[in-house]
Amino acid sequence: MPAVREETIGVNSDEDVVRIRQVTRQWALDLAFSLVDQTKIVTAASELARNTVIHGGGGTTHLEELREGGRRGLRLTFVDKGPGIADVEQALRDGYTTGSGLGLGLGGARRLANEFEIASRPGQGTCVRITRWK
Amino acid sequence: MADHRSRLAAIVREHETEIVADWVGLLAKVTRRDAVDRNELERHARSFVSLLADAMAADASGEIDGSPWAKVREMLTSLSANRARQGWSPSETATFIFSFKQPLFARLREVYRADAEGLARETWTATLLLDKLGLMTSEAFQKSREDIIIRQQRELLELSTPVVALWEGVLAVPLIGTLDSERTQVVMETLLQRIVDTGASIAIIDITGVPTVDTLVAQHLLKTVSAARLMGAECIISGIRPQIAQTIVHLGVDLGNVATKATLADALVLAMSRVGSLASKAAPRA
Amino acid sequence: MLDGKPGERIPILKMGEFLLVSIQVEMHDRLVMTLQDELTEQIVRHRARGVLIDISALEIVDSFIGRALGNIANMARVLDASTVVVGMRPAVAITLVELGLNLKGVRTALNAEKGMDLIRRELGLSGRRDAGGA
Repeated sequence: MPAVREETIGVNSDEDVVRIRQVTRQWALDLAFSLVDQTKIVTAASELARNTVIHGGGGTTHLEELREGGRRGLRLTFVDKGPGIADVEQALRDGYTTGSGLGLGLGGARRLANEFEIASRPGQGTCVRITRWK
Repeated sequence: MADHRSRLAAIVREHETEIVADWVGLLAKVTRRDAVDRNELERHARSFVSLLADAMAADASGEIDGSPWAKVREMLTSLSANRARQGWSPSETATFIFSFKQPLFARLREVYRADAEGLARETWTATLLLDKLGLMTSEAFQKSREDIIIRQQRELLELSTPVVALWEGVLAVPLIGTLDSERTQVVMETLLQRIVDTGASIAIIDITGVPTVDTLVAQHLLKTVSAARLMGAECIISGIRPQIAQTIVHLGVDLGNVATKATLADALVLAMSRVGSLASKAAPRA
Repeated sequence: MLDGKPGERIPILKMGEFLLVSIQVEMHDRLVMTLQDELTEQIVRHRARGVLIDISALEIVDSFIGRALGNIANMARVLDASTVVVGMRPAVAITLVELGLNLKGVRTALNAEKGMDLIRRELGLSGRRDAGGA
């Protein structure tokens, strides 16, 4: 579905992760999300942006404001050309205690979003997309 | 086909002023409202016609979901949302689009005076397009109304969530009636905020008035307890009847180390003993 | 919130046997690690018995910061000090629960005053110490 507004930001460092948090928060504010929903989407963005930097070797975040029928939404897509994830199911299940590094990032982000998609192949990078609707 | 559609765009552009004038006159007549702001109607009309002409010129397919139509969709969605807020009726809002046919067809009849087939073709194309836009407007209006109702319900829920301060540092929230996901979330957020506002260290969640507890509700309750704990407050769940206790066990819900009591009174006794051991009311605080 | 610029440090206040940290800036990961190291070092240096971390200004606590708080608490315990995290915002608490982070081993309190009471109780101290500020 068509985006009303979109922006792409490079994510390659610690500071970029903070920037993604700030930009996502601003977009969520513009869309008048409730405070709890804002917190959820910004936290999810933080997790995924960090994954992009640490596991993906850097990449981009694409933000989109969506209008579908009468509802509005915020979609974020995180892309990297890193090593990719061998076992996505496993990565989604990995918990806080395994110390695998991916930790809660993916599973947590999925729980915090309304929609979650991931595509990843070893050697071909990773693409994670989350959407939160008002 | 593309040939014919681009004529529509050109016709609209060429006769823009007259079309808008006719249309606004018609709108003012058919819109059954006391305080119709004519200037606002004109603004909307002019904006729509201009955006429509641009979109038709850019895209011959008539697929209004495509990106050349984004501005038109945005304008109509925004208009619908405003109308919903202002209390317009669904048909009044849809009329905005459907009434556009009249001035447009009048112009088409002029242009295709000598070409019956051309007139039929263009009229058909225009009708299809405007019907799509009209339906889209209707849906957007409906969604806006739903959003408003949902928001009002939520505000009502927040106002009516009875969080009571039973003792210094002890809050209680009696849940009543069937709990749905939305309502439980509102209760959760309201309770947590009240904990911050009052500086409470214990929150009693009483479910005496809840007939059944399903997995979803149980999970929400547990999440509330966990969240309160992260904030530094403990929860006690009271009013657990034997049937509910059975349901909880059957569902495999793990209450962990959440304190539970059969009655609100028992819960309060427990809460007071905990708070009593915490507070030292000896010296006045700075 | 202010930007935590690279090289910036979070101030750690010493109050008697306690260390107080009030996080006022948006922290990037390196700053979080710096805080972790600094706090541990100061616990040792000052033989602190208690650490109070005030996160009431934090709008976002993701898994990285959450893990860091857990690490600080664990290291403090090894060094015979008690840690309390105070002031978590409701929206943050709700999000952390959804994220699946349970911060086991981290004591929490509603605010700094209650946090201090908690530490004192744990350390078996009675009466109030003369404390400035906080």
